[in-house]
Amino acid sequence: MKGKPKKVLVLGSGALKIAQAGEFDYSGSQAIKVLREEGIKSVLINPNIATIQTDDGMADEVYFLPVTPYFVEKVLEKEKCDAVFLSFGGQTALNCGLELEKSGVFKRLGVEVLGTPVRAIRDTEDRHLFIQRLDEIGVVTAKSKAIESVDDAVKTAREIGYPVMLRAGFSLGGQGSGLVYNDEQCKQMAETAFATVSQILIEECLSGWKEIEYEVVRDGADNCITVCNMENVDPMGVHTGESIVIAPSQTLDDNEYQMLRNVAIKTIRHLGIVGECNIQYALNPHNREYRVIEVNARLSRSSALASKATGYPLAYVAAKIALGYKLFEIANQVTKVTTAFFEPALDYIVCKFPRWDLTKFPGADTRIGSEMKSVGEVMAIGRSFPEVLQKAIRMTEIGALGLDPDAFQFDDLQKELREPTHRRMFALAKAFEQGMTVSHIQELTGMDPFFLHEIERVVKLGQSLKGRKVESIEKNEMNILKRAGFSDTYLAKLTQTNDLSVRKARLALGVKPHLSQIDTLAAEYPANTNFLYYTYAAEQHDIQPSTKPTALVLGSGCYRIGSSVEFDWCAVSAVKTLKNLGYDVILLNCNPETVSTDFDVCEKLIFDEISMEMVLETVDFANPIGVFVSMGGQTPNNIALKLAKAGVKLIGTSAESIDMAEDRSKFSKLLDELNVYQPKWATATDMSVIDTTVEELGGFPILVRPSYVLSGAAMKVAWTMDELKGYLKSATDVSSEHPVVMTKFEEDSREIEFDGVAKNGEIILSAITEHIENAGVHSGDATLIIPPQRITIDVLGMTTKVAKKLAKALNITGPFNIQLLNQNHEVRVIECNLRASRSFPFISKAMRVNFISEATKAMMSDVNEKPVMVDAPGLIDLEYVCVKSPQFSYSRIKNADPINGVEMHSTGEAGCFGKNAKEALLKAMISTGFKIPKKGILLTLDSNQPLDLGLSIDLHTAQESGLKIYICGGKSGTKTRATFPIESMSEGEALELIASKTVDLVISLSRKDHYKVRRLAVDTGSSLITDHWLARRAIQGFNKYDMSELRIEPWSSYGGIAPSAS
Amino acid sequence: MSDRTIKLVLEDGREFHGESFGAPKEVQGEVVFNTGMTGYVETLTDPSYKGQILVTTFPLQGNYGVPDGPFEAPRIQIQGLIVSHYSDHPHHHAAVKSLGKWLESQGVPAIYGVDTRTLTRHLRERGTLGGAIEFTDESRIGKPKYSKNIDMRKVLKKVAPTETTIHEGGNTKILLIDTGAKENIVRSLLKREATVIRAPWNTDWEKYVDEADGIFLTNGPGDPLDAGGLIEKVQALLSREIPIFGICFGHQMLALAAGGKTFKMKYGHRSVNQPVQDLESGRCFVTSQNHGYVVQTESLSREWKPWFINLNDKTNEGIRHVEKPFASVQFHPEACPGPQDTAYLFDEFMKVVRTWKITKQNKEAAFTWDILKNKDLSVDGKNGAKL
Repeated sequence: MKGKPKKVLVLGSGALKIAQAGEFDYSGSQAIKVLREEGIKSVLINPNIATIQTDDGMADEVYFLPVTPYFVEKVLEKEKCDAVFLSFGGQTALNCGLELEKSGVFKRLGVEVLGTPVRAIRDTEDRHLFIQRLDEIGVVTAKSKAIESVDDAVKTAREIGYPVMLRAGFSLGGQGSGLVYNDEQCKQMAETAFATVSQILIEECLSGWKEIEYEVVRDGADNCITVCNMENVDPMGVHTGESIVIAPSQTLDDNEYQMLRNVAIKTIRHLGIVGECNIQYALNPHNREYRVIEVNARLSRSSALASKATGYPLAYVAAKIALGYKLFEIANQVTKVTTAFFEPALDYIVCKFPRWDLTKFPGADTRIGSEMKSVGEVMAIGRSFPEVLQKAIRMTEIGALGLDPDAFQFDDLQKELREPTHRRMFALAKAFEQGMTVSHIQELTGMDPFFLHEIERVVKLGQSLKGRKVESIEKNEMNILKRAGFSDTYLAKLTQTNDLSVRKARLALGVKPHLSQIDTLAAEYPANTNFLYYTYAAEQHDIQPSTKPTALVLGSGCYRIGSSVEFDWCAVSAVKTLKNLGYDVILLNCNPETVSTDFDVCEKLIFDEISMEMVLETVDFANPIGVFVSMGGQTPNNIALKLAKAGVKLIGTSAESIDMAEDRSKFSKLLDELNVYQPKWATATDMSVIDTTVEELGGFPILVRPSYVLSGAAMKVAWTMDELKGYLKSATDVSSEHPVVMTKFEEDSREIEFDGVAKNGEIILSAITEHIENAGVHSGDATLIIPPQRITIDVLGMTTKVAKKLAKALNITGPFNIQLLNQNHEVRVIECNLRASRSFPFISKAMRVNFISEATKAMMSDVNEKPVMVDAPGLIDLEYVCVKSPQFSYSRIKNADPINGVEMHSTGEAGCFGKNAKEALLKAMISTGFKIPKKGILLTLDSNQPLDLGLSIDLHTAQESGLKIYICGGKSGTKTRATFPIESMSEGEALELIASKTVDLVISLSRKDHYKVRRLAVDTGSSLITDHWLARRAIQGFNKYDMSELRIEPWSSYGGIAPSAS
Repeated sequence: MSDRTIKLVLEDGREFHGESFGAPKEVQGEVVFNTGMTGYVETLTDPSYKGQILVTTFPLQGNYGVPDGPFEAPRIQIQGLIVSHYSDHPHHHAAVKSLGKWLESQGVPAIYGVDTRTLTRHLRERGTLGGAIEFTDESRIGKPKYSKNIDMRKVLKKVAPTETTIHEGGNTKILLIDTGAKENIVRSLLKREATVIRAPWNTDWEKYVDEADGIFLTNGPGDPLDAGGLIEKVQALLSREIPIFGICFGHQMLALAAGGKTFKMKYGHRSVNQPVQDLESGRCFVTSQNHGYVVQTESLSREWKPWFINLNDKTNEGIRHVEKPFASVQFHPEACPGPQDTAYLFDEFMKVVRTWKITKQNKEAAFTWDILKNKDLSVDGKNGAKL
């Protein structure tokens, strides 16, 4: 360290995608806070516009640009940074840093890499170097060897010892790989493999070994601690991101715990990590043998989890260490009086449970394994494994109330246990219900019997209630059930009553949960912490309620497709504003990947379920002035009506209005009354008149829409009567309590979004954005653009008029969002949400007015005060364009058709600024992985699908600038203006073009055909566009701009600095 | 009030109810807690807990069962055990029985289902409290409850072995003055090729001093001032200039013998995550600790200097003589349970002893090692080898 740096560039992680999600908003935000604290200027590059780290008041300059070597180099040059943080932006930032080091950019610009040196990062990333480095100190890694002949295969297998894992290359997706137990099998499988590949990998078999992780922190003076260890319930073979993880380890004795801790410290010292890292082990359950699997030399998903699980601020400490501090010089943020050199003692147990959204992808492989597919995770805190496991299951909001054997159906239970899918926990529950033994299940799953016995106990407890009445449960039994994690709702299901009756019975018995502190030292010394959880195993609260007026804000819960970091941004913005207004804030959330659950965000953080049960308990405890249900997306919104009915005061728009907007049938009636146009609709109640209904709606295609759902869960387009009937059934299953509505599916309409803030029914702030894609693409998968580029002034006027009508009719106070269709100078409303929407952070940053902050102020203001318009730029005042592009993670979802539709598929988004729409769009698309094509474009069309004239002109221009154009499918013989005729290229030929990298952009407008083409494009990393309008705009973009022509400008250069969120 | 079967009654009247496991039996003792997350086998057999009812703050106990060794003493030392969640289906390759069966076989009662966090917070604020494990049976009413007179001096006598034993390990002889030594201290010395003469503190161990190359003062229960006569005997040793190393109780003993003072802390150290710093090198370590008394640094003469301090509360964690080979630490380098960061101190002690044996030179043998030099600090965990 050459002394303190003056200006540090922080690399963000970009748009959220599978395996790289919200946890990096948390770590980057902490890093920026540390720089601010140290008086060092910070520059952030991150196109993820929905993050807290890109907010005003965080970094000194923010660049909404792709985190790629090209753009990072440009920003370094422009900003003249003298140092860089690589370890707070996930693998994206780390890889980017490695490339810039390799190409000599850091050296050329005199930029110092802070924290772990690049050499050490490389040692952990390069498999060969890694094994070599660990060998040097006698630390054991899994044995593996690349083999090129059958004889060598047998020889190596013998050396390693049977059984061994034989892998026939990775391109086959695991095919031709497997365990072999003897020479003969080895020979046979190797021969088969060598028929298609030239090299195979022979690995030591570690399946069935325990998977353990340690989070390690080391400073520049070689002081080293392990903050936390974690154990995967799923043994080796299931990616840790896909595993149910428990902290601390549950099945290790002290000897094993200390042995792995020693190895961790020894390894991290040897590698020379400076800051934070994570080390993963396989541990043999039959003896004390271990293997080091990998070291992540950066903040990771696990470190975010460990940080939240222990209360140890890992990212904060890592940033301090990177600036040269030693661990004992850093103040402990929890106790304030001690230092960061300590290892937390937990007096509770933590469970991380992943959330998968695989059912949104027809055809997707639902098996879980060595690759990550989950889109989010939750963390449950309690005093026993059963308690945290059942809590965690509910937190994922997949419809299961706990370890419920009946949560899902299984055709082949044994197979389900042997080959785990995203529903394995429920298969386990079912197996125990059917009387399968622990040892049998252990054989099938490889899970430690400790976990299995506890799961069995829970299932049996549940069974013991069948056919009983809730009143028959006595106090002792109620205590046992609650401590085993049975919620009021699950008990209600088991005893066939409702949750409020269970609550009543429970309270009559005097059984209540209490708030315990996460104090990092298991109550050994007093600690003043605000980090809390509920447990029925505690008999008193650790803390007292605040005497100041307190507001309860409900967070977003689990990240999933459709509800992600944008709602955490909303929650944090609301909390900040409430604090500034002088309120104490309690935040309830259960997602470890968030900034809202950071130690320094609110007065009291309750890390627990966002459920009726826990909200009511919190209201009892804190007696808040009211509850915010409109900031966390659909999760809190869904319980709004029930809360209001239970007598809880909601802040802002009334529960009746929320219900009016959410209930499709009530809402459609309201629109009719207001004379607001909407697509033709009908409720799906009477199946006997379905034919007439379809006719009345104007025939197929028909859109099926259940109520109270986010991101189009179970929303489907039916083209035939059979499809329609099937969809109606599954929609009713998803949301049985609420009506299902059918509307005519509009294909050629533009889509408009109106985001606004109102008080007492009057709009005080608003923004109108437009989709680049036509209607039919889910709004979460659409490319948003502000100010709108296609719609006309009269349509803007109509949109505003409709919004005003709705705001008045629903007497909105707070944030709201309306989605509208536009066709021929007419607008029709399709949806209205009386809560913050996904696009709030985007429009707030684009317009430089924090919509949530203004909404919060309006909601907290005196109801008798006259609404005042917020001072904000109008759409015509904007001298730039801002585009939000969706990020897809199709490459992780094997076999899924990567095509957009009415169900949302994207996992994240990026928002970029430009002088005009083309520039902004290109930047946003590059931020989500799009590469400007250099070789050729392949267009696929369904047979007989005509080629649009406009698109053909755009392609022609591309061709003139040197790109080769290929077309597969379509109406053959059609003449185009371009020099390319439409000829029938076979799908096989098209696939070959992609495989050989002859084309680097695939535009697939086929709806029925060419799944293989789309899939191959995704699997080979080629750019893929599946929408007509997006394709045209993208081509127009790169026809006009080359990468080098994209402006490198900070956010502050677009429209000046707005006042920060207050 | 509750239909649960068993309870812990504290001397201030507070009660904690739960379910019984282990031996169905009533006992009394000082109630103490430990915040370690693993290591109940080691903790339960640690003689420093003799006469005490142990509360574990980590809610899950019994999960990996009980092996057939190694233990820290041949028998369970605690009077009783209080836990939150007990796992009666343990699973571990080394396990031979469940925690409940083990406790039962040795006549030690236990309670599960207790809110051990609330109990710990109560104990922390009240200081050491006496308590009793009692059945909630109605017939108990009127029976005598906890009596306050636990004589720790008696406990000290109980933890000492009945006779001196010799453990052959090599040419270097260490006289270990046993005030309730954890077995791993002996194992750690044997592993470093020492022959250990293990003598009870209350016998005439002086007769072995001449043949010994070094003296080891061990851990033990209670207040060091209660170890009548031992302080004076150690004092006498100091004039002999034979290398001495002390741990925990032994550390306090050495400080008292050197004319220093000990005092009772407001919040004792009852965990395996205590951070300490070597004042010379600045290096920090995580250590295992269990003590309520501490050495007052300022009470020591100039010939002694503080060696380690606790990073949390800045209390003394080690002292050493400025020129003579005497040193001691408050924490437990032998771990068991807990981190093995400071196991290197055994190496250093043996090095000092061996150097002293040859040179009899204070300068070379004094505890002035620079731990940063040429020393791999972490213990080799290969194949589970453990110090």
